[in-house]
Amino acid sequence: MSFINYASREINCKIVYYGPGLCGKTTNLQYVYQKTAPEAKGKMISLATETERTLFFDFLPLALGEIRGFKTRFHLYTVPGQVFYDASRKLILKGVDGVVFVADSQEERMDANVESLDNLRFNLKEQGYDLDRLPYVVQYNKRDLPGVLSVEELRQELNPTGVPDFEACAATGEGVFETLKAVAKLILIDLKKGR
Amino acid sequence: MAYPQMVMYDEEFKQINFVIEKLLREANAKVIFLVDKNGQLISGVGETDRFDTTSLASLTAGNIAATGGLAKLIGEKEFSILFHEGEKDNLHISIVGGRVILVVIFDNRSSLGLVRLRVKKASEELTGIFDRLVRKAEEKERSGVPEFPFAEITDDDIDNLFS
Repeated sequence: MSFINYASREINCKIVYYGPGLCGKTTNLQYVYQKTAPEAKGKMISLATETERTLFFDFLPLALGEIRGFKTRFHLYTVPGQVFYDASRKLILKGVDGVVFVADSQEERMDANVESLDNLRFNLKEQGYDLDRLPYVVQYNKRDLPGVLSVEELRQELNPTGVPDFEACAATGEGVFETLKAVAKLILIDLKKGR
Repeated sequence: MAYPQMVMYDEEFKQINFVIEKLLREANAKVIFLVDKNGQLISGVGETDRFDTTSLASLTAGNIAATGGLAKLIGEKEFSILFHEGEKDNLHISIVGGRVILVVIFDNRSSLGLVRLRVKKASEELTGIFDRLVRKAEEKERSGVPEFPFAEITDDDIDNLFS
């Protein structure tokens, strides 16, 4: 649910990065944070455990610029990926405008990817959203690691509806901005339609 | 879509600011801001420069969402007031009209009792304004007024954002 403020001429949108534990959601945000000009970003907040696992969420506000005289802001959130944090994940999906599903390309994480994707669909439904009608992109992360599945195999399992998908290596930044740009674009196109 | 888009117009924005500025004075508060339940800042008055309001908004909404989850677990609808006491500054967080979050930051120049009293009065006024705002947005949607600023957006506009 984007927030349009005619008084201050701003549009705020919320993007949520979803995916199994350790797939690289926080790393995506960290890279965006590192590579964004200081004036375009706010503080990045990570609510994490002592071992740097996400406990509640990471948050990064981005002010990308103006469209038609409206300041366009994107608020990037990640969810905690570990299975037992499901209650927290549901909360973060509230009011979402667009979703990035970050998949771990390693073969042994395929089950975790599938479980997380089912969980995303289920949690969205509980909030009254339909993943197939939401701006949504998929990122196949960790392409640099040995023993990864081919993109075709990943696509078959994780992207049957053929939404925009990207190969990435979030640690080096490859594919990170392409993914963000794609979901932001889908959100803006969705806004254009006026829903 | 599950939820209607939240829209703010000039007229209501002024009314809201009038109410929270009055609350700021009457409650002797340092800063007051309004946040929607998804973590987007609606407005802020007082010493807002001293605080990172965007982060505050996001964390406040997270806080309300988490306590709301706790409330449901014990069979409550929600906890409508949260209070955090610090050494110097305190946070009073309340839900207004079931849809927005009112945050009051105050120090020892005020007191919890005073803040609670004034917040209660201001909440009633704010609820009225937000009710009108929702009706206005619904009416505009029904009448199909094509005033949406992004209707004429082009692919180039979008690409320029990322250049």
